[in-house]
Amino acid sequence: MKEAVMASIVEELHQLDVKGLQCPMPIVKTAKAMKALASGDVIEVIATDPGSVKDFAAWSKATGNDLLESTAVDGVFRFVLRKR
Amino acid sequence: MNSKIVILGGGVGGTLAANLLVDRVGHAATVTVVDPTGMHAYQPGFLYVALGQANGRWLGRDERNLLDKRVDLVIETAERIDPEKRTVTFASGGSLDYDYLVLATGSRTLPERVPGFVGAGQEFYSLTGAMRLREELRRFKGGRVLIGIAGIPYKCPPAPVEFTLMLEEQLRDRGLRQQSEVTLLSPLNRCFTIESASTLVQPIMEKRGIKLSTFFNVESVDPIKGTVSSIEGDEAAYDLLVLVPPHRGQAVIDASGLGDEGGWVPTDRNTLQHKRYDRIFTIGDATDLPISKSGSTAHFQAPIVASRIVSLIKGIEPKATYEGRVMCFLETGGRRATTLRFDYAHPPVPPRPAMVWHAAKWMFNRLYWHTVPQGRVG
Repeated sequence: MKEAVMASIVEELHQLDVKGLQCPMPIVKTAKAMKALASGDVIEVIATDPGSVKDFAAWSKATGNDLLESTAVDGVFRFVLRKR
Repeated sequence: MNSKIVILGGGVGGTLAANLLVDRVGHAATVTVVDPTGMHAYQPGFLYVALGQANGRWLGRDERNLLDKRVDLVIETAERIDPEKRTVTFASGGSLDYDYLVLATGSRTLPERVPGFVGAGQEFYSLTGAMRLREELRRFKGGRVLIGIAGIPYKCPPAPVEFTLMLEEQLRDRGLRQQSEVTLLSPLNRCFTIESASTLVQPIMEKRGIKLSTFFNVESVDPIKGTVSSIEGDEAAYDLLVLVPPHRGQAVIDASGLGDEGGWVPTDRNTLQHKRYDRIFTIGDATDLPISKSGSTAHFQAPIVASRIVSLIKGIEPKATYEGRVMCFLETGGRRATTLRFDYAHPPVPPRPAMVWHAAKWMFNRLYWHTVPQGRVG
């Protein structure tokens, strides 16, 4: 189901790789990248900082940008956000 | 034949590496430090200068006096490194060949990269900036004080928090606290990137009535309106604005194509070797490592680099590795401080702020010139 949703929006999916970066770099880079997007655009962020799970949840709440997905596989964290 | 070791930068890392190297290589190599000014600055002191607690004169020493007599000191600005030919070219036109190169070039601050910063905002990341801020604070009669971060990574991560806590104390002492509002603009939803330190400091801030504006990454300043804007799209008004300027690796790294998009040198986290050129090592702020840019980082890395280069010259397998060790103090005001000690595998567990850590920090500040560059403290 989730894959189907992702597949439908994958064409507009922007990507940001912040692997290896430590807190607060992933958030700052994401905030910058989001700035260039249009309202409704979706961005996928790949991170390796374990602290980013909490940070992205809090950032999404504080800024009103939806956190559509937050998953972790083998120490790699994937966040999908939709711009407000 | 003698090996030639060239070290770019006469700060903590460069000086300590030079002294350790010259001591261990004996006649097998020559050690040369290249520095654009020949003056060694104790940068942790800028914070105290800005707050009127220290004199700027205390923060600089002639690099020659900190170097072992056997180390050659060249006062030149390195303009370009050719890693294939293994040469360093100076702005004056001269050049040096090397067998091993140590980049201890540090970082530079670029306040001009933030629209409106220069002229409207204050900073304490340079001696001039710290002295200017000190005078601005002397004239300050109360109002809205904003402390923010205008670029990441930046040197000494605790500094903005320390400045905020110490400034609030100063305003109280001067009877200006009632008519002032002190706000820390944080890049995250907490006052400090390291969570354990944040948990410790945030209640102290709350108790003192210091406000925290979260997810506020400074993007620009409007000097006419007296406001600062964030990447997140928020705005805040100030009467006194103190910002951490954006940082970048030195121009020579950019010009030589040795760095990443931030001008930081791609460095192996354990061997401190350049990721593409194995005769180049990097120490301190200049690396791209995801750890604090601080004097202590350079201090702990210098012996590792010195040891590895000595092994290579002697033809033995280098063994020393850097495990991400960093140590810093965090002043919390009221003559109290805490300490953050951590490495790649262990996040810090800071003790409750106490006078003993404040005393330890001051002792370190005083003893620095006689201990660290010479390698007398590990």
